Amino acid sequence: MTILFLLVATLATVAIWWLSQQRLAEKPWLESGPVDSLRAPVPRRMPAAKVGLGVFLAVVSALFALFASAYAMRMHMASDWSSPPLPWLLWPNTGVLFLSSAAMGWAQAAARRRQIGHLRTGLVMGAASAVLFLAGQVVACQQLATAGFYMATNPANAFFYLLTGLHALHLLGGLVALGRASARVWRGTAMAPMVLSVDLCASYWHFLLLVWLAVFALLLHG
Amino acid sequence: MGEATLESHEGVGSAEFPEVELYHATNWWTKYVFSQDAKIIAVQYSITALAAGFVALVLSWLMRLQLGFPDSLSIIDQNQYYQVITMHGMIMVVYLLTALLLGGFGNYLIPLMVGARDMVFPYLNMLSYWTYLLAVLVLLASFFVPGGPTGAGWTLYPPQAILSGTPGRDFGIVLMLVSLIIFIIGFTMGGLNYVVTVLQARAQGMTMMRLPLTVWGIFTASVMALLAFPALFVGAVMLLFDRLLGTSFFMPALVEMGQRSDYNGGSPILFQHMFWFFGHPEVYIVALPAFGIVSDLIATHARRNIFGYRMMVWAILIIGFLSFVVWAHHMYVSGMHPYFGFFFATTTLIIAVPTAIKVYNWILTLWRGDIHLTVPMLFAIGFIVTFVNGGLTGLFLGNAVVDVPLSDTMFVVAHFHMVMGVAPILVIFGAIYHWYPKVTGRMLNEPLGKFHFWVTFIGSYLVFFPLHYLGLMGVPRRYYAIGEMDALPLSTGELNQLVSVAAFVVGFAQLVFVFNMVWSLRNGTPSGGNPWRATTLEWQTPETPPSHGNWGKDLPVVHRWAYGYSVPGAAQDFLPQNQPPVVQFTRGAEP
Repeated sequence: MTILFLLVATLATVAIWWLSQQRLAEKPWLESGPVDSLRAPVPRRMPAAKVGLGVFLAVVSALFALFASAYAMRMHMASDWSSPPLPWLLWPNTGVLFLSSAAMGWAQAAARRRQIGHLRTGLVMGAASAVLFLAGQVVACQQLATAGFYMATNPANAFFYLLTGLHALHLLGGLVALGRASARVWRGTAMAPMVLSVDLCASYWHFLLLVWLAVFALLLHG
Repeated sequence: MGEATLESHEGVGSAEFPEVELYHATNWWTKYVFSQDAKIIAVQYSITALAAGFVALVLSWLMRLQLGFPDSLSIIDQNQYYQVITMHGMIMVVYLLTALLLGGFGNYLIPLMVGARDMVFPYLNMLSYWTYLLAVLVLLASFFVPGGPTGAGWTLYPPQAILSGTPGRDFGIVLMLVSLIIFIIGFTMGGLNYVVTVLQARAQGMTMMRLPLTVWGIFTASVMALLAFPALFVGAVMLLFDRLLGTSFFMPALVEMGQRSDYNGGSPILFQHMFWFFGHPEVYIVALPAFGIVSDLIATHARRNIFGYRMMVWAILIIGFLSFVVWAHHMYVSGMHPYFGFFFATTTLIIAVPTAIKVYNWILTLWRGDIHLTVPMLFAIGFIVTFVNGGLTGLFLGNAVVDVPLSDTMFVVAHFHMVMGVAPILVIFGAIYHWYPKVTGRMLNEPLGKFHFWVTFIGSYLVFFPLHYLGLMGVPRRYYAIGEMDALPLSTGELNQLVSVAAFVVGFAQLVFVFNMVWSLRNGTPSGGNPWRATTLEWQTPETPPSHGNWGKDLPVVHRWAYGYSVPGAAQDFLPQNQPPVVQFTRGAEP
C-alpha cells in the first residue's frame, strides 16, 4: 500500500511540475493573438517520439510499482511466504545488463558525434550483451526450478518468475526497437532520425537497467 | 517528410511547430480498413464499441426479464443469470464506455480540436484499434466455449471467480482475463497517442488554456487510464496465473467440492486492491471526457462562453488526482482498519467539491443563455440532472457507516447506473448528435432525435429511480430470484416488473437511434461545415467531412480561446478560434 501511495505521489509531483509550466492561472478569455511571443519565446519542442517514450516509461513504471506493491502486500498478508535462494547467476547477469546499458550510452554518444563506426560497435555490443543477459535470466530461472522452487509451491517463487519474466519481456520488446534502429544505421538513412532512434533505445535501456535493479533489490529484500 | 516541412504564416515564424509526418494511404484497404487516419480509426472504434454495447443491452434485457418475471418466464437459469450480469457489466464499462469515449471521441476530436493533421503515432494508433477488436472478439468468443462466459461478476473477485461452482470456470474466466490484458495493451498504444498529440501537436497559438474542455477531459482521462489500467493488468495476470499455473497470489487455502484445494495463503483482498486501484479511476476515466464534452455542448447550444473556464480545468485535474486515492471505498464491507475507512471516506467526500463546482458552472453557463433546445442540448441537460442524482447517492455510499447497510442492495445498482451508466451514455448520445454532421456531412433527423431523447431519458428514470427505493427496502443485488421473503412487501415485485417493462422500452428506443444514424447517412439534410455555428477548430475545416490531413495546405493558427460566443461588438455571435482579430477602428473613424 505504501508503494501505491508513493507511486501516486511521484506521478502527482511530475504532473504538478508539468502543469506549473502551463500557465494554468491564465485568463484565456482576455487574451487574443496567435502566439505567446509577447512573453518569453516558446522553447523548442521535443520530438514527439521522445515525449511518447517518456509517457510510456511512466506507464511501465506504474506497472512495475504495482507488481512491487502486490509483492510487498502479499508478503505480509499470510505466513506462508518463504523466499527462494536467489541463483548466484543473477549477480553476473546484473553486471552484463550494466555493460549493455553502458554500450548503448556509448552508441548514443557516438551517434551524436556522427561517428558511424563507433555507433555500430556500440549497438552490436548493446544488443549482444542484452541477449546474453536474457539467456542468463533463462538459465537462472532453470536453476531455481531444478532446485525445486516451482511457481506453485510458494508465492515468493511465483513472484520471482513473474517479475524476471516481465522485465525480460520488456527487454525483448526493446530488442525489436533496437533492431529497427540498427537497420536504420546500417541502411544509412538521414542522420537526424537515426540519432533520435538511438537516443530512444539508449534511454529505454537505462530505464530497464533501473527497473532491473529495483526488481533485484525487491527479490533480495524478500 | 521526415525533415518536417516548416511553414511560416504571415508574420509569425513557426519553426517550433514541425508538422506531423503524414502517412498516405495507397489503396482501398489501407484507406478504409487498415487505415492510419485517426478519423477512420475513430469510426472503427465507435462502431465496434456500439456493437459491443448492443450485445450488453440485450444481456440487460435477459437480466430484467428474469428479475421482473422470475416465476412466469424461465429463459435463463441461475448460472446464465450470473454470466449475463458479468458480461453486461464488463462490456459496458470497459469495452463500450472506455473504448467509445477515448478511442472513438478521442481519436476523432483530439487532432481536429487541437489543430493537428493526425495523431502523432498513426501506425500505433491503427494497431491500437486492431488490438481492441481482438480483445472484443476474444471476450465474445467466451459465449461459444464449453461452459460459456464467466459468471464471476464484473469485479471478478477471487476466490469464487476461479472455483468450480462458478459458471465459466474452465474457459470463460481465462478468455475474460486474456481479453482484458489484450485490451489494456491496445489501450496503452492509443492512450500514448492521445496524450502526446495534445502535448506536441497543438496548432500555433493553441496554449493548454485555450483548449476546449472536451480535449482537457479526454486528455486527463487518458493520462489516468494509462496509469490505472496497469493495476487491472497486474490483477488479471496474477489471477490468470492462479487459475492456470496453480499459484496462490489471491487464492487462500480452501475446501472445494469437499476436497482441500492446492491453493494456500493467497489474499483475495489483494486482488480487490488491484482491481479498485483501476476500478475507481475508471469511473472518472469515463466521466471526465463526458464532463468535457458536455461543457462544449452547453456552451455551443446556449451561445455563451463557459462559466469559469479556469475552474473547470482545475476541477478536471483535481478530480483526476483525487480519483486515485479513493479506491478502497469500494471495499468498506471487505473488512479494513477503521482508520482506513475514515481516510477513504474523507477523500471520497472531498471529490464532491470539484464535481459540484463543475455542476454549478454548467448551470451558470445556462443562466440567461440563449438556450437552443436542440437534441445535443437536451441530452446535455439530461446529463446534468442525472449526474446530480447519481452524485447525491454517491454521498450516501461514500460514508462508510451508510454504505455498510446499503452495500449489495439495489441502491448501489441504482447509484452506479445513474452516475456512470446513464449519465455518460446521455453525453455520448448528445455528442453523436452534435458531431455526426462533421463526421458525415449530414444532420441527424431531429424529430427522431427528440423522440429518442425523451424515451431514453424518461425511460431510464423509470428503470433506475425505483431501484433506489427497492435498495432501501432491502432488495439485494445479484440475486437470481428473491422468492417469498417476509422482509419484503409484495409491491417490490410489482415495482420490479415496471422496471423491466421500462428497460425494454428504453432498449427499443435505441433502435430508433440506430435507424436514424443509418438513414441520415444518405437522407439527412446536408449540414455544411459548421451547422451549430461553433467556435472550436473542428468546425473550421476547409472540407466536411474533413479530408485526410484535416486542414488542406495550411495548419490553422489559433487566435483566441474556445468559447468566443456572444462576444459584445462582434459581427456574429461566435468567433471561431482561428479567425484573425478584426483591426480595431479608432473612435470616430467610420467604417
